Amino acid sequence: MNTLISLTDVSKTFDRRGGASVTAVDGVSLDVAEGEVLAVIGYSGAGKSTLVRLVNALEKPTAGSVRVAGQDLTTLSEGELRQARSRIGMIFQQFNLFRSRTVAGNVAYPLKVAGVAKAERDRRTAELLDFVGLLDRAHAYPEQLSGGQKQRVGIARALATNPPLLLCDEATSALDPETTTEVLSLLRRVNTELGVTIVVITHEMEAVRQIADRVAVMEQGRVVEVGNVYDVFSDPQTPAAQRFVRSATHDRPSADTVARLRAHHPGRLVSVRITDEPGLQQRVDSAFRQEEVTAELVYGGVSEIRERRVGSLTYELTAPREGAVDAALRELAAAGVHTDEEA
Amino acid sequence: MDFSGFLDTIDVFEAAVWQTLLMAVVSLVVSGVIGLALGTALYATRPGNLYGNRFVFGLIGFVVNLVRPIPFVIFLAAITPLQMAVVRTTIGTTAVTFAISLAAAFAVARIVEQSLVSVDPGVVEAARAVGASRFSILVGVVLPEGLGPLILGYTFIFIGIVDMTAQAGIVGGGGLGEYAISYGKQQYDYGIIYVAVAAIIVIVQVGQVLGNRLARGVMRR
Repeated sequence: MNTLISLTDVSKTFDRRGGASVTAVDGVSLDVAEGEVLAVIGYSGAGKSTLVRLVNALEKPTAGSVRVAGQDLTTLSEGELRQARSRIGMIFQQFNLFRSRTVAGNVAYPLKVAGVAKAERDRRTAELLDFVGLLDRAHAYPEQLSGGQKQRVGIARALATNPPLLLCDEATSALDPETTTEVLSLLRRVNTELGVTIVVITHEMEAVRQIADRVAVMEQGRVVEVGNVYDVFSDPQTPAAQRFVRSATHDRPSADTVARLRAHHPGRLVSVRITDEPGLQQRVDSAFRQEEVTAELVYGGVSEIRERRVGSLTYELTAPREGAVDAALRELAAAGVHTDEEA
Repeated sequence: MDFSGFLDTIDVFEAAVWQTLLMAVVSLVVSGVIGLALGTALYATRPGNLYGNRFVFGLIGFVVNLVRPIPFVIFLAAITPLQMAVVRTTIGTTAVTFAISLAAAFAVARIVEQSLVSVDPGVVEAARAVGASRFSILVGVVLPEGLGPLILGYTFIFIGIVDMTAQAGIVGGGGLGEYAISYGKQQYDYGIIYVAVAAIIVIVQVGQVLGNRLARGVMRR
C-alpha cells in the first residue's frame, strides 16, 4: 500500500504576542496509507486541528516535513501550494458553507477556482449532489438546510475537484448522534466507493469506532499511540487511549459504579477483556471451575468494531479456598486472557 | 405657518432638491468606491488575515483616524487648496461633492472594515482549503458574504452624506442646505426652513427604506 501522507518530526509553535509561545504539534511522525481511514483522536487543545491544517498547508510547520502524494509541502511556493490544496478536500465542524451561495453554488466553487468550464461545472455539481443525496436541494441556501444536510453539502464541495484525500475537522461534532451516523456512513461510502483516503479529527470515540481503520491518539501535541482501531479498542496501551476507549464502549464500570457494586458484592471484582479469539469464554469458564471459583456477572458489554468482537465483562469472584481466585487469575493470564481488578 | 415664501421660490426649491440628491448620490458612489478599497485593505492587512501586514494595517488605520474626527465644516475649510487644485473651484455642488466624497471615504473605510470583520473566518478558511488565491477570496467570498452588513453600512453613510450636503450650504454648496439658509434663515422665513427640513427627512427615509429592503433581500431575512 502506498503512503499518501508522511509527516516526519513535524512541530508547530505559535508565537503569542508578548507571551509564551505555544507548541500545538510537537515532533509528530505519522504515515497515512492510500485508501485508509485514519482517525486522530484527542481532547480539545491536543493539537489535532493544527495537525490536520499542516497536512493541507493552511499552517506551515515550524520544523519537520509534510509530504502529501510525494510532494514536500514545506518547499512549495504559494502558487504551488494552492495547486496542492485543490487536491486535498476538507470539511469542518461548523460546515463553513458560503451563505451567499446556493447549495449548488457552494459545490461549484472549488471547480470555479480550478478554472473548470461552466458546463462541466454544472455536470459535476449535479453528480456530486446526487452522490450525497441532495440533488433536490440544489437551489436552496445553506440556512434552509439541517445540520446533517449542511455537512453533506460540505462533503460534496470538498470532493468537487476529485481529490484523493479528504480531511475532516470534527466533522460530526456539531451533529446529533443519529445525524452523526448518517454523515459517517456517507464518509465510509466516500472511502469505499470513491477510494478517497480520509483523515478524521475527532474527540468522539464513537466516530472512530464507526469509520476508522486506524487511530492515532494525540495528547499535548504528541501522537502517543497509533494502531488498528480493533487493537486500540481491545487493548489500549496508553492512559489517554484507555480513557477514550472507556468513554465509547462503557463496558468497564466507572469508579462510582464500582463503589455501588461493592455494596452488594463483597467478593473481588475482576474485569475480563473480551476479544474475538476463539474459545475465550471456555478458557475463562474452565479456569474458574478448576479453582472452584464462583463467578457472578455484575457488569459489562460486548460490541463490534470493524466486524470484530470487543468488550469487557466484570465478575464478582468468590471462592471457599484461600488463594483460589489468585490461582484462577494466574491461569487466565497464562492462557492469554487479560484481566483487570476493579479497585 | 406662512408658506408663501416657499411657494414663491418653488423653482429654487426644486433645483435644490435635485442638487442635494445629485451631491449625495455622486458622493456616495465616489466615497463608496474609495472607502471600499480602503476598508477592504484594512480588513485584509489586519495581522493574521489574508494579507496580514502590521505596518500597512497600522498606516491605513492611522490615516483614517487622522481624518475621521475632523468636523465636516472645518474639513470643508481646510480642504480648499486641494479643491482648487483638483476641481478648480471652492464653491458650488462640484466642489462640495469633491469634499464630501473625500471626507466620507474615510468613514466608509471603517464601516467596510467592520462589515468584513463580521464575516465568518471559517468560510475564508474553506476557500483557502480549496486552493483559492487570496485576492479571489477577497472578491469572490469575503465581499459577497459581507454584502448584507455592507449595504446597511452604506445606508448609514448615505444619511451622514445628506447631512454633509446640508452643512455645505454654509459655503455656498447649493442644495437644500443653502436653500434653507439663504431663503429661510437669513430672511426669517420659517416656512421655507421647515419645508427644507421635511424634504431632507423624506430623502433620508426613502434612503433608509431602500437600504433595508436591499439588505433584507441579500440576507434573505
